[in-house]
Amino acid sequence: MKTALSKPSVSRQQKNLNYFKRYWTLYLLLLLPITYFIIFKYIPMTYIQIAFKKYSIIQSPWEMPWAANNGFEYFIKAFANRDFLYALRNTLMLNLLDLVCGFPAPILLALLLNELPFKRYKRITQTIAYMPHFLSWIIISGLALQLFAPTDGLVNILLNRMGFAPIPFLNDPAHWVWTYILLGIWQSVGWNTIIYLAALTAINPELYEAASIDGAGRMRKIWHITLPGLRPTIITLLILSLGRILGSEFDRPYALKNSLVNSVSNVISIFVYDYGIKGLQFSLTTAVGLFQSAISVIFLFGANSLAKKFGERGIW
Amino acid sequence: MINSNSSKIGDWIVAFLCFLLILVCLLPMLNVLARSLSTPEALIRNEVLLWPVGLNFEAYQTVLTDSVYTWSLVWTAILTIIGTVVSLILTTICAYPLTYDHLKGRKFFNTLIIFTMYFSAGTIPMYLLLKDLSLLNKPPVLILPYCLSVFNMIIMRSFFYGIPESLRESAEIDGAGPIRILINIYLPLSTSVIATLSLFYAVGRWNGFSDALMFMNKREYYPIQLLLYNILNNINQIEVATQEGFTSPGLSATLKSATVMFATVPILMVYPWLQKYFITGVTIGAVKG
Repeated sequence: MKTALSKPSVSRQQKNLNYFKRYWTLYLLLLLPITYFIIFKYIPMTYIQIAFKKYSIIQSPWEMPWAANNGFEYFIKAFANRDFLYALRNTLMLNLLDLVCGFPAPILLALLLNELPFKRYKRITQTIAYMPHFLSWIIISGLALQLFAPTDGLVNILLNRMGFAPIPFLNDPAHWVWTYILLGIWQSVGWNTIIYLAALTAINPELYEAASIDGAGRMRKIWHITLPGLRPTIITLLILSLGRILGSEFDRPYALKNSLVNSVSNVISIFVYDYGIKGLQFSLTTAVGLFQSAISVIFLFGANSLAKKFGERGIW
Repeated sequence: MINSNSSKIGDWIVAFLCFLLILVCLLPMLNVLARSLSTPEALIRNEVLLWPVGLNFEAYQTVLTDSVYTWSLVWTAILTIIGTVVSLILTTICAYPLTYDHLKGRKFFNTLIIFTMYFSAGTIPMYLLLKDLSLLNKPPVLILPYCLSVFNMIIMRSFFYGIPESLRESAEIDGAGPIRILINIYLPLSTSVIATLSLFYAVGRWNGFSDALMFMNKREYYPIQLLLYNILNNINQIEVATQEGFTSPGLSATLKSATVMFATVPILMVYPWLQKYFITGVTIGAVKG
């Protein structure tokens, strides 16, 4: 009885031993990347408790005393802070506009490129359309500052010559918002077509031939064949975009903002930088960051399960 | 016949719209190039549109003789090369073991890694960690914190999955270990994905701004984007502005244009050659991500 029980366990141990003897180098390879994830992704998560504690420079996060109001002191403070409420509003406003204006743009462009019959011309157009994606927001803000300068910028010089009043693209809150959105589309529209164009190649060309024989024109083919073919890709990217609705970029608003448009340009990431790294209010800004991450995860899951409810595949 | 005519007109409309797109992408670049090559006086008179007025290389000379700016370019190039190599190695040794289906603990490792894609601690915890590790304001802070991208790792892993497993099995029969198989079989077959990820990492480092703004306050280690931001926003004007003649506002405008050109050109020279590769890279990432 005893031998019968212990025998298989010995052989399993033996098997495991042999396995590790043969493949230990795989674990050796993983050692460094896993260490990276633990140090730079997971240890910062232990710092999240600072959001619920009174920050002290001499103590580790584990030793700091709990904040008032059952630890929620800093969340209450954040929502009583006008700058944070503005930042929250601006983040939502800019991201929603990005979603409404920026999300359809690459789909339309991909449809356009797909209709272009000249192969070489198509490739050149694509190469040039990808270019803005490779520019940093600092460089784009440099381009925009010069292009849209109130008096000596190219656009306002041309407007002036045609007898129109100059437009304060970057110096007036309402105009700034639209400039911000348009520059975002300019930067990303070409790059974002890549995924859609790849999805288009998967559509069976026989469908188009059959439609032509039935007398369908260009628009009908786009509507009945191309767009349905893009549907899964569109849904997936829409889910990911919804997950980012409260996420905030830093470089883009930070590079484009100036003191005249603070009322619309200060988003959550800039609030965190100003109050945290410059203002040293670590508990408050960690709380804000946690709020932002948590909402993002909730939105991502929400959008995903909504998509599944409507019979789509979702991202998991 | 009518149908084919109308579709031909449609083709030309499409071609024209694409031409407009090209213009919209290129005009801002041409405008800055023209401004950087014009005389300050022409700029002030609002004469410069897309063609330089009074061809003038003074701004380029000033920028090139400015030791702060040229050092920042060199320093960013060094950072970009080291950062790209470090990131590529880490990405490879992370992706490769995860392609072994029988790897014990594979699911655990995958979950551990993918989780960080959806939830991150945020800026301030990262800042405080770097402070505790005493990495703040030291050069490695511009490489280490974001040196391994999960998204890029998934691209590489998907690419490795595409390599026929029979190659690996036959090498295993010949007695080759995993590392040998990686070096002798996988890497030589992966030049396209390596090219793609090199481009992504290199562009990321060359264009990186916020990490330097937040974690680096030593001016001698400012990467080019941070320096450029300061120049464009007239912060610490001594950078490029110590030269005489700075007092004329026009020259300062041509100078700004020239600094933008210097920071842009390296990338513009590289990316078109890698187009074929990065398109496959993005596509793989989208399918598997």
